[in-house]
Amino acid sequence: MQRYSGFGLVKHALSHHENWQRQWRNPTPKKEYDVIIVGGGGHGLATAYYLAKEHGIKNVAVIEKGWLGGGNTARNTTIVRSNYLWDEAAALYEHAMKLWEGLSQDINYNVMFSQRGVLNLGHTLQDMRDIQRRVNANRLNGIDGEVLDAKGVQELVPIMDCSKNARYPVMGASWQPRAGVARHDAVAWGYARAADAHGVDLLQNTEVTGFKIRDGRVYGVHTNRGDIAAKTIGCVAAGNSGVLAKMAGFKLPLESHPLQALVSEPLKPILDTVVMSNHVHGYISQSDKGDLVIGAGIDGYNGYGQRGSFPTVEHTLQAIVEMFPIFSRVRMNRQWGGIVDTCPDACPILSKTPVKGLFFNCGWGTGGFKATPGSGHVFAASLAKGEMHPIAAPFSIDRFHSGALIDEHGAAGVAH
Amino acid sequence: MTQPNRIAWDGLQIDRRRALSFRFNGKTYQGYEGDTLASALLANGVHLVGRSFKYHRPRGILSAGVEEPNALVELGREGAHQPNLRATEIPLFDGLEARSQNCWPSLKWDLGAAVQLASPMLTAGFYYKTFMQPSWAWRHYEKVIRKAAGLGKAPTVRDEARYDKRHQYCDLLVVGAGPAGLMAATSAARRSARVILVDERRELGGMLLEESVHIAGQTAKQWVQQTLAELEALETVTVLPRTTVFGRYRHGKFGLVQHTEQGQVLHSVHARRAVMATGAIERPMVFSDNDRPGVMLAGAIRRYIRCYGVVPGRRAAIFTNNDSAYETARCLREAGAEVAAIVDLRERAPSVAGLDDVEILTQAEVVGVQGSQHVKAVEIEVGSKRRRIACDLLCVSGGWTPTIHLLAHGGKDTLAYDAAWGAFIPTCSEPVPGIHATGACNGAQSLVNILAQGIAAGEAAAEALGCEAATPVALPEVQHRGGELSPSAAPVCEVRGGRGKKFVDLQDDVTVRDLELALREGYRSIEHVKRYTTLGMGTDQGRTSNINGMRIVAERLGKRIDEVGTTTFRPPFTPVSLGALAGRESDRRLDVLRRSPIHDWHVRNGAVFMPSGLWLRPQYYRRPGHGETLTEAARKEAANVRDKVGIADVSTLGKIEVQGRDAAEFLNRLYINRCGNVGLHKARYGVMLREDGFVFDDGTVVKLADNRYLISTTTVNAGAVLSHMEFHQQMVWPELSVHIEPVTEQWAVVALAGPASREVLARLMPEEDVSNQALPFLGYREVCFQGVTTRLFRISFSGELAYEIAVPADHGLTLWEALLEAGEPFGIMPYGLEAMDYLRIEKGHLIIGTDIDGRVTPHDIGLGGMIRGDDDFIGRRSLQRPALTEEGRPRLVGFVSADGETPIPASAQLVAERWTGTPQDSLGRITSPGFSPVLDCPIALGLAEVEAEGGSLYAVSPLTGEQAEVTVTRPVFHDPKGERLRG
Amino acid sequence: MFYIHCPYCGEHREEEEFHPKGQAHIVRPKDPESCSDEEWGDYLFFRDNPRGVHHELWVHAVGCRKFFNITRHTVTYEILETYKMGEQPTITAETYAASAQPESEASQVVKQAGVRA
Repeated sequence: MQRYSGFGLVKHALSHHENWQRQWRNPTPKKEYDVIIVGGGGHGLATAYYLAKEHGIKNVAVIEKGWLGGGNTARNTTIVRSNYLWDEAAALYEHAMKLWEGLSQDINYNVMFSQRGVLNLGHTLQDMRDIQRRVNANRLNGIDGEVLDAKGVQELVPIMDCSKNARYPVMGASWQPRAGVARHDAVAWGYARAADAHGVDLLQNTEVTGFKIRDGRVYGVHTNRGDIAAKTIGCVAAGNSGVLAKMAGFKLPLESHPLQALVSEPLKPILDTVVMSNHVHGYISQSDKGDLVIGAGIDGYNGYGQRGSFPTVEHTLQAIVEMFPIFSRVRMNRQWGGIVDTCPDACPILSKTPVKGLFFNCGWGTGGFKATPGSGHVFAASLAKGEMHPIAAPFSIDRFHSGALIDEHGAAGVAH
Repeated sequence: MTQPNRIAWDGLQIDRRRALSFRFNGKTYQGYEGDTLASALLANGVHLVGRSFKYHRPRGILSAGVEEPNALVELGREGAHQPNLRATEIPLFDGLEARSQNCWPSLKWDLGAAVQLASPMLTAGFYYKTFMQPSWAWRHYEKVIRKAAGLGKAPTVRDEARYDKRHQYCDLLVVGAGPAGLMAATSAARRSARVILVDERRELGGMLLEESVHIAGQTAKQWVQQTLAELEALETVTVLPRTTVFGRYRHGKFGLVQHTEQGQVLHSVHARRAVMATGAIERPMVFSDNDRPGVMLAGAIRRYIRCYGVVPGRRAAIFTNNDSAYETARCLREAGAEVAAIVDLRERAPSVAGLDDVEILTQAEVVGVQGSQHVKAVEIEVGSKRRRIACDLLCVSGGWTPTIHLLAHGGKDTLAYDAAWGAFIPTCSEPVPGIHATGACNGAQSLVNILAQGIAAGEAAAEALGCEAATPVALPEVQHRGGELSPSAAPVCEVRGGRGKKFVDLQDDVTVRDLELALREGYRSIEHVKRYTTLGMGTDQGRTSNINGMRIVAERLGKRIDEVGTTTFRPPFTPVSLGALAGRESDRRLDVLRRSPIHDWHVRNGAVFMPSGLWLRPQYYRRPGHGETLTEAARKEAANVRDKVGIADVSTLGKIEVQGRDAAEFLNRLYINRCGNVGLHKARYGVMLREDGFVFDDGTVVKLADNRYLISTTTVNAGAVLSHMEFHQQMVWPELSVHIEPVTEQWAVVALAGPASREVLARLMPEEDVSNQALPFLGYREVCFQGVTTRLFRISFSGELAYEIAVPADHGLTLWEALLEAGEPFGIMPYGLEAMDYLRIEKGHLIIGTDIDGRVTPHDIGLGGMIRGDDDFIGRRSLQRPALTEEGRPRLVGFVSADGETPIPASAQLVAERWTGTPQDSLGRITSPGFSPVLDCPIALGLAEVEAEGGSLYAVSPLTGEQAEVTVTRPVFHDPKGERLRG
Repeated sequence: MFYIHCPYCGEHREEEEFHPKGQAHIVRPKDPESCSDEEWGDYLFFRDNPRGVHHELWVHAVGCRKFFNITRHTVTYEILETYKMGEQPTITAETYAASAQPESEASQVVKQAGVRA
């Protein structure tokens, strides 16, 4: 792999950038791999990378029906945080957070992980009690967090209206300083490049059309480019997971919903943290290009349409304009819907399945992007060992029959 | 003051009698009513208006419309301005104030331009390859990067502008009032369709206003005016100028934003059908230094001359790959400008009347532009020969792109590549059901075709709508002065030679080299290329750059454009201010605020409110002159209830009446404790589960009469419980005859609690027997109070002898004041939520949302014993699942502070060892901390994995550093036998 | 934005008046006690999530407050029909696939972009 550095950039500038290498190959599929990852989004690419790097399993294919990172990796609002309420979720997201903190160096690709902090606002006494409860639980788990009062929030975000007159006045917030945002596309590209360098085959425009299953065991996949064999297969296909599960003969408790988001025109930076409010279903940050990135709520109906909708966005913007009156004149430049696959308890599935050798990683809802490195890391370990990694274990499909749901609804709500 | 580039011309859109004065970058200029900021600047010879995003290159005005990538300005007084507005879209008004963006200290001398020295390094995606070492340094690099980010500055003061919303319904929405749109609207309107005709410009007529053409024997302007007059005379037609259709949503819904003198109006239009008559947008050419101020689109020049009487240069060169730009040459000469040369990429030039004496160079290219802040000359290459042509204006045309964005908002599949246009056009005249495409946006090229398509679209729409028949609109006769010129373009947009930067996307400073780098590095999908280079991601959404970018990518990959494909089209078509989308529903109007019927009394008597769902409820009463803290006031209020008597406004609790033959059975199936079986005129405390077995809500069920029950819910869950009941009634047990009615708002309810409450009640209603025998605990009676029906319940949340009294909402205040009067001799005091909390914690009563958070079963909170019988109820089966029955689930317990003094911190976690900062396993949490006056000791309720009473844990709040050793007790601290509330 | 026909009110109304309530035709087991944990978990949590025709439950929340069914395409979002409780859909994934619907927006999505030269 051609190493990236500031020095390299200068050197290549002298040769007019004509000697940069391809970031990944465009290989023809082999007949057989040790492991196949279905889904070339951030999680799938991360899984492949950690399989190769940490477990020495390099004969790996990532099968992607479109372009790498073209699903929710390309359409999320890039927030990274780990201040989840329940121990199981907190462990998973904090595991991811620790990996985020060295990711650019690890994969030698600047994913622009910006630890600018995330504020989760409280607007009522009950909100504030819930926030204190969550931060106390986080601290007990070794996760950083503070609780700010309205004055503290105002100091951190001077442009926010923290006056008492608002319909939902800001009473305070939880503040996770290590949280922040990352450049979403770069995460997929960086993992892709690093995985490719380890020998992983990234097969784009390749669609899985079925599984080869015999006696309850998986032996490979059928694709539009022919059959590919592997005895360990990990499906990391977000909104397509249900379709894949159906091919393998079982059901998943997933529903796909559109999550509305929008960006503004670029402005000179004025908002240096991430501000989220569950209460009004909105969250906002400002990218390094200057766009305000605004996430709205999830549409309540199932849908695979990546088209922006209207009522949800109107409601979110009413709240955003209330909190940030100066943004009233700022203009929306683009709106879209991301498709989130949600579980009934707002927690993901990382699990073995009724088919031996076939593993699923899905159901991340609105929390997928922030978990990317952690999800890939524990899923790779599970695939390598054939047993779920301890951090992944509570996220088994079995919980929907045993009742051991985790339920981040109260803590995470809509806004991520 | 002169406007050196302004000429006299017939048929202009400006009013020369009304001169306007405006300021740009601090300097005062003049323009006319009807100008845009761009036309007025050009009239004054101002070409340099901005700096580019990445390299801070000087930029001018490229276009005359929404496609403008360069001329973005801040409009308005600094701080109260709007950033990133296109000068080509801003109507001039007297006193207008605007500034260039992204430059410091001035537009001419911009220090940011120093970044150009480093530009060899600033290729596409350079930031992904550097700033990684050392790892801690990224946050500092990022600060520098953020300094360079963004275009305009955010405003600093609150927006005083007015934003309104309208919902409209029509038969036909016609988007674009050019020739096709006017004809479509007229055709449909004649057949009595209700039509809304929309155009983003102030002056309607579209392309007609920039062409030299006669229609039906009139000038284009006269014809447009006459057609509009006919339309506007009809009641069924609404014409909205300065209105942009920014999005096409599902089911015939369109988002429109209208700009008026008073402010912006967001129209949400539901149209049964729509006609897209959105025309086409000209593409520039890609060549060395093609971004210099003075390089302008050829069609835009025609608009500036023919609409505004503005000739942006004295001596122009034209660079084109199609015929349409030759019209610009004719137009420039009519306007008195010199045309130095027409540089045509193609082998053969068209023969165009009136240009005989103009030098036309074929198979020629522009390879360079001189003049950094304004074009001085162009370098051209014909064959292998280079030439320099002095000029102050370079008109470019790289062909035209049909404006298909709104069609494509539903998906790109409605489009197909068209070789003649060199762009994507709709697959047919109704590419989406109910949406007709017509005119240039549907690929029609000559004006006659455009008009004919417009008529056809209007007719087709009217037919599909089932409109009555009418005489069809006749196709008007068209006469072009000097012949019509085709926009069909040669499939080339790029000049290979030249040393300067070749910009594909002017707004985001994406060059040909950037695209090549992305391809070299293996980014093949057009989406990857777009994202890696930021091609087309600016505020113009790549209107002038996408097709050129795709063509270059396709060529490098050896593919066809349609194989490369387009990127996704997303709303809005042009940016829409957040204020317009929010409308007036922010601030106090964001959500309704609900107040109890007794609210005003609380306000007058010092209540401090807290929100509870949508309601405001008194948290405590701050008595004038006492200066008490929350805790002091609430303790006093609570003590008064324990010792004497108090009243609380509990009107906000949800109330639902359930009636019908099967009401009892219905309730039995919803509550864990068969609440339908409650005796007549009796109340029962009931708990409802979700189907997954976790506690959903609690409250009382009172049997008012046979087949008639009143249930209460928590304040916050009132709506959810109603939905839960309706769902089960309609969906699960439709065979049960039940009627459900929410009655929360119909009643004002007051809780009267304390040892003296019976005496107070007796004074209030001397005619009623309120003795323990006549109205025992959990009893109910309907009485008459001051002539109105009053419901009297003997229920208690505080643990004291207590009543709840409900009167019709209008009488709430009367009841409240009468209670205060009756209780005066007993020392009655109102109490708020905080005191209520103290009282119920002592009693071990739980609150949904506080103690019960969606992971709690009835067994967990000691209510498993309430479950009666073997009959099914909602949630029962789920309780048997392994995870809900396993040992070691956290259960409700009480805690007292081990030393009897240390307060138990709020929102604390429970751990086994004293907290020293090292992570520990959580054994549970404190849900409700309090203080017991009875025990004179801090107490708390909590959920914990503990075995026995008497054990000891630590309640810790790492957040505040507080912790207390606590002893596990039963979760009731006061009157465990319930003698007081029964007494 | 949906424009929904409420079969009880007999009118088309804006999406904001309605709430989606998940998959339609979920029948609560008549005798929950006899269900295995597997069956009960399936009833509670496992729903169809098709890319295509989906029967779903909606409620006219700020209208008549009646629950009713919508058959909707989850990719194009086209509403194929709405019908009352207790009724069965006339359009299903099978009938929909069988009937070529040239005029529907849904079929457009399937169509590949061609070249119109």
